[in-house]
Amino acid sequence: MFSYPTVRTTFLFVAIAIIALAFSDIAITSINPWRDLGRFFLGVVTPDFFSTEGLATAILRTVAFAFTGVALGSMCGFLLALMYRWRIVRLFSAFIRAIHELFWALIFLQFFGFHPLTGVLAIAIPYSGIFAKVYSEILDEADPEPRTLLPTGTSAISMFLYARVPDVWDRIRTYTSYRLECGMRSSAILGFVGLPTIGFYLESSFSQGQYSEAGALLILFYVLIATIPWWVKPKLLPIYVVGAPFFLGEGLPIVWGNVARFFTEDIVPSPIRNNEGLGEFGAWLGDLMLTEAIPGIWNTVVLTQIALVFTGLLALLAFPLISTHFGGPVRRTSGHIFLVIARSTPEYILAYILLQLWGPSMLPAVVALALHNGGIIGHLIGRQSNNIKLRADAARGLNRYSYELVPRVYSSFLAFLFYRWEIIMRETAILGILGVATLGFYIDSAIQNIQFDRAMVLILITAMLNIGIDGLSRFIRRRLALQTMPTC
Amino acid sequence: MTGIKLSGVTASFGGERVLGPLSLDIKPGERIALVGKSGAGKSTLIRMLYQQANSQASLIPQDLGLVHALPVFHNVYMARLDQHPNWYNIVTLMRPFERERADIEPLLDQLGILGKVRATVSSLSGGQRQRVAIARAIYRDATMLLADEPVSALDGPMAHVVMSLLNEAYETTVIALHDVELALRYCQRIVGIQDGQIALDEASSRLSETDILPLY
Repeated sequence: MFSYPTVRTTFLFVAIAIIALAFSDIAITSINPWRDLGRFFLGVVTPDFFSTEGLATAILRTVAFAFTGVALGSMCGFLLALMYRWRIVRLFSAFIRAIHELFWALIFLQFFGFHPLTGVLAIAIPYSGIFAKVYSEILDEADPEPRTLLPTGTSAISMFLYARVPDVWDRIRTYTSYRLECGMRSSAILGFVGLPTIGFYLESSFSQGQYSEAGALLILFYVLIATIPWWVKPKLLPIYVVGAPFFLGEGLPIVWGNVARFFTEDIVPSPIRNNEGLGEFGAWLGDLMLTEAIPGIWNTVVLTQIALVFTGLLALLAFPLISTHFGGPVRRTSGHIFLVIARSTPEYILAYILLQLWGPSMLPAVVALALHNGGIIGHLIGRQSNNIKLRADAARGLNRYSYELVPRVYSSFLAFLFYRWEIIMRETAILGILGVATLGFYIDSAIQNIQFDRAMVLILITAMLNIGIDGLSRFIRRRLALQTMPTC
Repeated sequence: MTGIKLSGVTASFGGERVLGPLSLDIKPGERIALVGKSGAGKSTLIRMLYQQANSQASLIPQDLGLVHALPVFHNVYMARLDQHPNWYNIVTLMRPFERERADIEPLLDQLGILGKVRATVSSLSGGQRQRVAIARAIYRDATMLLADEPVSALDGPMAHVVMSLLNEAYETTVIALHDVELALRYCQRIVGIQDGQIALDEASSRLSETDILPLY
């Protein structure tokens, strides 16, 4: 069994996670966690859709920010994709996508304030980086033959529009509309830093203990995501994209003095700003590394590795729920509902809810990350398992699972899991804003203390960490010959 | 107008020689059929002739090289992308001009696929796709035609229609054909390829089917 590289890799990562568990902080600290959980579920089953007039606005703003941000991101990403053969463009794209939407929002909030531009750019910038990469990969897959047949003298633009784009247009469209769904989730969680989307209303309902209101918001959000195929039609898309910017709300006006001050003063490391010399700067940086960066990196890595293994475990346990090789229609339908809820709830919202119920520790973060990411991978693997044709005398039950299905889907399972490794790390850092001591926690505290210079260094470190994990994940996937499609 | 002259050319694939060394002189106005077993090197020879002819030749490759997501009309129009400015090509992509429609539609009519002018190539059958590639080659209006099995997916009467149309449109043609009868009827010179070498090079008036069969 250990002669398989995939198995050896699996055990290596499980071992790392067990060691990480020993160093982690897993506990339920709230006084009565189960009563709160019960009240929350009671709220979800007794949703109150009329408690606040803000509900409709929340949905409208969430959709408007998602459409505007994703449309802008996809346009910029397409332009970047055309220049993707240049190393500098690849590095730039990798950098902007390594910083999470919420961090971008926190940065823009400091100088644009609560202006709609903050939310739009927070989505558009990281999405541009992702679109650039995926679009360029898709464009590279266009059939080269038609291009060789064009008469010499055909201009590059005509060649591109006739012999390259049409061949991959369907894939570009499918991916973009998939990203729109991701954008809806990103837009929703931007509310947690104060933008007028669902997250904002969810946080205020929770903090007031209005669980029925929170339940209504969550249900509306699921309905919104689940009905995308019905209300997002190719023909309506231009109308949405043109109309969305008009529904972002007023926000607060931009104070341009703040913008200038942010770049010329706030983010300049304080020893340099105060002309204290390079020695002081070194001491400042050393202190930042020792007291914030290194503990932040350590906790981020520990939490990521634990969450990664639990994600895998959950995905392997969950995929039979929707596989046609097991159970009847009742079990599959409930499996589908469970996985839809798990994967459509942004991990940030899941973590927020669990943190409210169980108190601060790494546990809510691990459970949230595992539920969300495990839901996504479980869904993809389950669907893939339906394409497997079993012989008529194939084993049943546990034997069918372990002998027939898992060996066949294991490679693509690992491919998806390693693909999401970097995503899980990006999310782990972000969950720090909720109080888990990952990098996001130190970034958020620095911003609260108006130390933007420290925050910027920590955000840069977070981006480098993500780029590093992305590189490592690609290396492992290449070594194990794993291939996958992008997910978000 | 000039012909093409290959002298002592070779082609290798994966370190293995698949063609040559061979020499072939194609004069303007000649109609040449390349015959021989599949794998003998006909396609490679056509590719080399295409490279040699640079932009003067119109090519019908065996795999057609069509853009499946585009309609039939645009796949034909692509033959003359170099003759229009970018804005014209972009507008045509959205809505074809009357002038090109008047050129392309009669051609499609002769080939029996006028009804498919707005259909995407992906929705067509193999034979219909082959006729789109033929329409495109004719619309290209180059000085020479290089075609690799252009009628392999067409039935008898349609194969004859296509061969006459190609001969009408081009004075100089090099066509790889596995149908010996068509080769003798529509070409003046037969070049037989065997194991990457020219094994036969004779005027078709002096050949019969039985002379060619040993090549297969």
